[in-house]
Amino acid sequence: MELTGAQALVKSLEMQEVEVIFGLPGGAILPVYDPIIDSPIRHILVRHEQGAGHMAEGYAQATGRPGVAMVTSGPGATNVVTALADAYMDSIPLVCVTGQVATSAIGTDAFQESDTTGITLGVTKHNWLITHAADIPQVVREAFHIATTGRPGPVLIDFPKDVATSPMEWYWPDGVDLPGYHPASHPDPAAIRAAVDLILAAERPVIYAGGGILKSRASKALLELADMTGIPVVTTLMARGSFPDSHPLCLGMPGMHGNYTAVTAMQKADLLLALGSRFDDRVTGKVSAFAPLAKVVHVDIDKAEVGKVRRPEVGIIADCRLAIEAMLEALTARGPVDKGRLSGWIDTLNKWQERYPYTYDRSEPEHAEVLAAGGSRRPTLKPQFVIERLRALTPPDTILVSGVGQHQMWASQHWAFEYPNTWINSGGLGTMGFAVPAAIGAKVGRPDRMVWAVDGDGCFQMTAQELATATAERIPVKVAILNNAYLGMVRQWQHMFYEERYSEVYLSPDLPDYVGWAEAMGCVGLRVESPEEVTPAIEKANAIDDRPVVIDFRTDSMEQVFPMVPAGASNDDIVVHPSQRSEVSR
Amino acid sequence: MTQDYRHSGPRHRLLSVLVENKAGVLARVAGLFSRRGYNIFSLAVAPTDDARFSRISIVVDVESSPLEQVVAQLDKLINVVEIGELHPDEAREAELLLVSVTADAGQRSQVIQLVGVFAGRIVDVGHDAITVMVAGTPELLDDFESLMRPYGISGIQRTGRIALPKLDRLAAAQAEAGIA
Repeated sequence: MELTGAQALVKSLEMQEVEVIFGLPGGAILPVYDPIIDSPIRHILVRHEQGAGHMAEGYAQATGRPGVAMVTSGPGATNVVTALADAYMDSIPLVCVTGQVATSAIGTDAFQESDTTGITLGVTKHNWLITHAADIPQVVREAFHIATTGRPGPVLIDFPKDVATSPMEWYWPDGVDLPGYHPASHPDPAAIRAAVDLILAAERPVIYAGGGILKSRASKALLELADMTGIPVVTTLMARGSFPDSHPLCLGMPGMHGNYTAVTAMQKADLLLALGSRFDDRVTGKVSAFAPLAKVVHVDIDKAEVGKVRRPEVGIIADCRLAIEAMLEALTARGPVDKGRLSGWIDTLNKWQERYPYTYDRSEPEHAEVLAAGGSRRPTLKPQFVIERLRALTPPDTILVSGVGQHQMWASQHWAFEYPNTWINSGGLGTMGFAVPAAIGAKVGRPDRMVWAVDGDGCFQMTAQELATATAERIPVKVAILNNAYLGMVRQWQHMFYEERYSEVYLSPDLPDYVGWAEAMGCVGLRVESPEEVTPAIEKANAIDDRPVVIDFRTDSMEQVFPMVPAGASNDDIVVHPSQRSEVSR
Repeated sequence: MTQDYRHSGPRHRLLSVLVENKAGVLARVAGLFSRRGYNIFSLAVAPTDDARFSRISIVVDVESSPLEQVVAQLDKLINVVEIGELHPDEAREAELLLVSVTADAGQRSQVIQLVGVFAGRIVDVGHDAITVMVAGTPELLDDFESLMRPYGISGIQRTGRIALPKLDRLAAAQAEAGIA
């Protein structure tokens, strides 16, 4: 069967069981957009290529399947680079197809030419420039294989226009030919035994669970490990939801804005069991002062992560789920685990949790704290309160998507996660503008779930045009803007570290008019200015299922994220909420 | 004596990297080094006897980044098939040097004598300079280079180090693996 290159590409995507492509056509990719008309694959037309990339990321994180984006050459390709970099940092499987000028024009500074494979070299797991139509099925198969196996990540296929129009004899390859690609899978039994020895000997162990738990679908295994050993678990920003927040052993998020107990437990631990986590600087703080007493068992599928930041006592290069299952087996073989010996440690952690929970100054008029304070509290809307109400009023399996900044930290702190893959955010790259398109992608992948984006006003303005995509494609996402009229996280740093000299962080609560913007894009727009209005607005939004909803929550501009470990400081120097400071004694 | 021009020393470790012979592979390797802040001291690349693969010999400056991390990151490149470190004690190393040395009639015979000692070859002769080619270990070339400096070097180009494992070691390894 003879096909054009374009037909072969679309057919190859069908062979890979792609159900949706997020994209935007243009000159060089035009030939591929013709066979898309006849393909069962759904195409979602975005308004900006960055949106296509983030939608594919949201889709991938919500479903565990690779996200697919398709854009044209030149500016189309450069616009998607941010999303590729984001996916690379957070190990999200993505396949991006970019149009390219004809092979004969490559290198001539042709119209809409860019060196796409060169530009994306550092932000993709691998990329290809296809020069012969006959290579298409093989490359597509390899692209999906590389994106989804080992440490997942984004890949890019650069597709010249003449390749798209050339004839090729259709085939589907039996497998991949990648002599240099051998992702790790099973753990070394000797390393597992060594890890188990350390686990059984530890007196103050902590499981440091990272995004690898979700990538390897190891949530169930992690739960078993915690239950079997009684070891408490911290879940990093990328691992929120991988272990239920309601579990008695869950300590929540560690790191720069993690809670006191999670941060301090790691500092005092004698064993860190790092499972699919990478000792990111936002978790460790000053590396030389991080968890100084701890031996480390580090499980990672990426060999380069083991020993990159902290040299482990036991390094295990393996799929996280397989490694945890091997530990469970080895532990079982050694007989019942004496969990009682950890009771002193658990008591200490529980005391910390009681003394230093996440907290904020309540502002609801009927709240006991506010009544007790008389008229001294300003009647403002607290962003944390909005998140708490949102959590209480939405189904437990709601997918929460966030942008980057204060709202992201409050969302991670105050949302109680119960299920894996219910939290989607930009962790490593910190990409403002991630939330709206990622939420759209998540909703496309999981139409059965309620999807809420919690966004900042700064973030929202970067990619909100994709709400037009959501309306046009009938993707009913819901967006809660925590509108504090500032680039809040930058403002917080200027407050704390630049003597309150606020430089270029004010955005205005009214410009743009977010309700008007929402309505202009076919969404329902709501505005909430006081605590009493929060619940009715969320209930109203939850009841709307035929279009996107945007709520403009006018939140307290002065609110700051606590706790906080200042950048470069030791985690021992964690700054808790002002109301808890008198109690800190060290 | 400052020796920062020397091409041999404990900071320099030689990696022999077998890569797929595909377009852009060298850019991937070089790009990895630059974006992760690793230092390449020298680099030599050429196809192997198997047309599917090329071999890149990279001398890495390990002062700023541990070799283990460099190797682990290199190994993640899809087109990198195999990475081996060749320790000078276990390898035959060679490098080629071309150097143009100022040598007028009075000095020429001294230079020619030294070229003879180092088994080099004179490839060009001018009025007051000669160009010499010397092949040998990086240490030998370092020595030759330092002997030439007093005369004045007007141009120098070294190829970077290439190496293969010593044969006796190779034979032992093959015997172990059951290969005749």
